[in-house]
Amino acid sequence: MSMIPEKPPFKLLDILYKKEFILFVVLVSILIINSNISPYFLDLYNLIDSTFLFSEKAIIALTMTFVIIARQIDLSVASIIAVSSCVLGYTTSLGYDTWLVISLTLLSGGICGAFNGAIITKFAIPSIIVTIGTMSLFRGLAYSFLEDSYYNKFPKLVSNLGGGYLFGYIPYAFLTFIILAIIFAFILHKTSVGKKIYSIGNNPDAAQYTGIAVDKYTFVLFTLNGLFSALAAIFLSGRLSSVRPNIAFGWELEIITMVVLGGVYIYGGSGSILGVVISIFILGMLSFGLGLLNVPGVGIIIFTGLLLILSIGFPSFIQTLRRKNE
Amino acid sequence: MKKFLTNRDFILFAIIMIGLVAVGFANPLFVTPSSISDVLTDTSILIILALSQMIVILIRAIDLSVASNLALSGMLISLLSTVHPELPVYYFIALSCVIGTVLGVLNGVSIAILKVPFIVTTLGTLSIYRGLIYFVSDGKQVYSNEFSKDFLALIHYKFLSLSFLFWLAVAVFIIIYILLNHTRFGRNLYSLGGNPDAAKYIGINENKYIILAYSISGFFAGLCGYLWVARYSVASTQIAIGFELTVISACVVGGISVMGGVGTVLGCVLGALLIGLIRNALPAVDISQFWQLAISGAIILIAIIINTKTEQRKEKTIMVEN
Repeated sequence: MSMIPEKPPFKLLDILYKKEFILFVVLVSILIINSNISPYFLDLYNLIDSTFLFSEKAIIALTMTFVIIARQIDLSVASIIAVSSCVLGYTTSLGYDTWLVISLTLLSGGICGAFNGAIITKFAIPSIIVTIGTMSLFRGLAYSFLEDSYYNKFPKLVSNLGGGYLFGYIPYAFLTFIILAIIFAFILHKTSVGKKIYSIGNNPDAAQYTGIAVDKYTFVLFTLNGLFSALAAIFLSGRLSSVRPNIAFGWELEIITMVVLGGVYIYGGSGSILGVVISIFILGMLSFGLGLLNVPGVGIIIFTGLLLILSIGFPSFIQTLRRKNE
Repeated sequence: MKKFLTNRDFILFAIIMIGLVAVGFANPLFVTPSSISDVLTDTSILIILALSQMIVILIRAIDLSVASNLALSGMLISLLSTVHPELPVYYFIALSCVIGTVLGVLNGVSIAILKVPFIVTTLGTLSIYRGLIYFVSDGKQVYSNEFSKDFLALIHYKFLSLSFLFWLAVAVFIIIYILLNHTRFGRNLYSLGGNPDAAKYIGINENKYIILAYSISGFFAGLCGYLWVARYSVASTQIAIGFELTVISACVVGGISVMGGVGTVLGCVLGALLIGLIRNALPAVDISQFWQLAISGAIILIAIIINTKTEQRKEKTIMVEN
């Protein structure tokens, strides 16, 4: 009987076929093209400021990666941002202490996420339909609470977090994203929690039989997703310094695009934080570059949609062709 | 008799009637024949879209792009009508349906041939189609005075004091009812949704049915593109934004299972009617329009929970010895 090696032998060529490598090549080519097209692109300050365009979404993309790897999906994140931003504005208007305001904001997001998780696990309903429902429920709550008014007063700390820089260079939102990405990569790839999330995504029934509390994991992941949406809401409200009920409208699509483009399989079980981080930079640099070229936001929306479909459609189409040839 | 009373469609019908009476007590003006006829007219587009969405949901998929498809088809024919107002209205309707069908086929091809999961595909085309409206229109609106008279006239035609829209919805109901209950196509759709593996074994071509289902959904989205633009006499980048959620909630309330293979055409129509009733009744009982979104969200959740709880469908598993 021959031993099966724990890890396949390392080959340099294998790196070339890795999704992360392909994504990295795409990112580098975008950087090169952008810097050739616009002289303003490679300016360090411009590049740093461009991270404001995606840092908040990127924070949610990290927890969304966990959710999707566990074979779930959450379409309600943008609506949770709306709810949490309202809580942020409202508690500020009541004159609460800054830390209480922030805690209550985070709590509101956590509760929304837990609500998703509870319905999905308790009634065994697919997350896509539950979060389609809570997407309008949460957004609707924000609308019925704010109607056509808005909040524009937030604690100083929140405004600083949203638009400020550490040492005058690194935006707090971007810094938070990078730190969280490292923590999340560690949890997903180096701990047993991460392994369990993969096995839940690969085969929930089998995972259940091996003694993983699938429902508990699902519940916690949705709660986390809500919590991090609230965190993003704090950065976003601080940056925009005005909150209307339509805040972050359509973000769920952009966040899911970040995750799926990063090589996370939409039906769970595979993907990596590194891939998602690279895809976040790809999308960020792409929209920054298109913005410098004065392409309107709509162009970026169409482009994102196409990229999303083609990034999955193209590889699987090639695969089908190959199989036919064999 | 007992079977009849516990029938889901009957319960839904009863809820609609009770709701109507309750709103009637609060605001008697709401239950006059002309007001009810208005509600029916207002709900007709929702009924048509819910019926076509039902076909997609039956095979365990969802079409999130219907509202964008509707808006894009509507905008394209509106732009054409400003350039060529002399063309007959039937030309515009046919063209709108063709555009919608093409957009639907694109969805179907992406899902069936490129194997891009339906949620990714239709989320993608939701924004692509919506984005294209800005491109073709430059973000401008087409106002009522820019349409030709014929373009807007058809929609105001009445028969037995009920609107053209309502009769069209009835026609679509009959067509889809026959399609799903009395043709091989319908039976195969149900079996694909109920058990895709078994359906494939008996020789049902899954890809063909996916593309067909999305084409039908696209066809009716295109049709509703004309109806929407003509009814509200305006085409803009914003029309019907978010309407896909209303359509899906109508299906879910109507008892169409998102697990596929379960649901009746009548239930779907009743679901749409209940949602339409609620949307129209809220202003009549003095509830702010801002609550509408939250209430539809709550209704989806309640309906889906009730569906799952009452769904008596037992999984039929056949043990196969290997």
